Amino acid sequence: MEELMTAIRVVPMEHYFVLSFLLFSIGMAGALLRRNILIIIMCLELMLNSVNLLLVALSAWFGDAGGQVMVFFIMLVAAAEVTVGLAILVQLKRNAEGVDINQLNRLKW
Amino acid sequence: MLTLFYLLAAVSVIAALVVVAAKSPITSVIALIVCFLSIAGHYVLLNAQFLAMVHVIVYTGAILILMLFVIMLLNMNEEVEKRKPVLARISAVVTGGLLLLVLLAATRQGLNLSASGDLAGGTGLVKHIGTVLFREFLIPFELSSVLFLSAMAGAMMLAKKDGTEHINLPPSSEPDEA
Repeated sequence: MEELMTAIRVVPMEHYFVLSFLLFSIGMAGALLRRNILIIIMCLELMLNSVNLLLVALSAWFGDAGGQVMVFFIMLVAAAEVTVGLAILVQLKRNAEGVDINQLNRLKW
Repeated sequence: MLTLFYLLAAVSVIAALVVVAAKSPITSVIALIVCFLSIAGHYVLLNAQFLAMVHVIVYTGAILILMLFVIMLLNMNEEVEKRKPVLARISAVVTGGLLLLVLLAATRQGLNLSASGDLAGGTGLVKHIGTVLFREFLIPFELSSVLFLSAMAGAMMLAKKDGTEHINLPPSSEPDEA
């Protein structure tokens, strides 16, 4: 197992920062860009995962397992959130005839 | 190792772009699966094997397949999504780019991270994670089961088909022409 080595000694830490920021920005732009609620949920998942990647990289960098436990809890919360979000989506599709985010503009007032 | 990292990073970024840009929701979900598998590859490279397994099982195996189920059950594949107005789309892309710029600028020179732990990479193994999880994080771990129970009950209550009246949107409530 020791020869399956960690990349943190080879790859500079800044690379992980740049990759995580790229994924987070793409998710942010997608959440603003699209109108399908399902795709917005997927973009939120993408943003969560970019943060998870950065947490794992920092945890490996500092040799602290707390970051990886944190990622584990983030995954648990994301699973619960997606369950409830998809239930809301199904109900929305059934009652409001669509998954368009602009149909929910009556929530503004 | 470095080329493997670049390969996985390129796959992640391209798949993320496909998620945002694809027309059909099925394509988006499959691109997201590819993206998450490459992120699991990053976890393996970082020697976080427990998280790599959990990531593949929970995200790829459960969450995204659930989304695929929802798309296919609701027949969302055939409807054409109306696009936002051009100004909104341009400003969304500009917002993403500005966010990237700010994040990069904020961490460009402020990070003088010195590795304090051992870089031997034993932190992500199942044994170590399990020890930490059940020693220091036992209470949050148990509380997450309560969270799951409430999420399950909430999802079942929300998705239940009840006999109440529907919302009945007026057909003129689509502000597309604005």
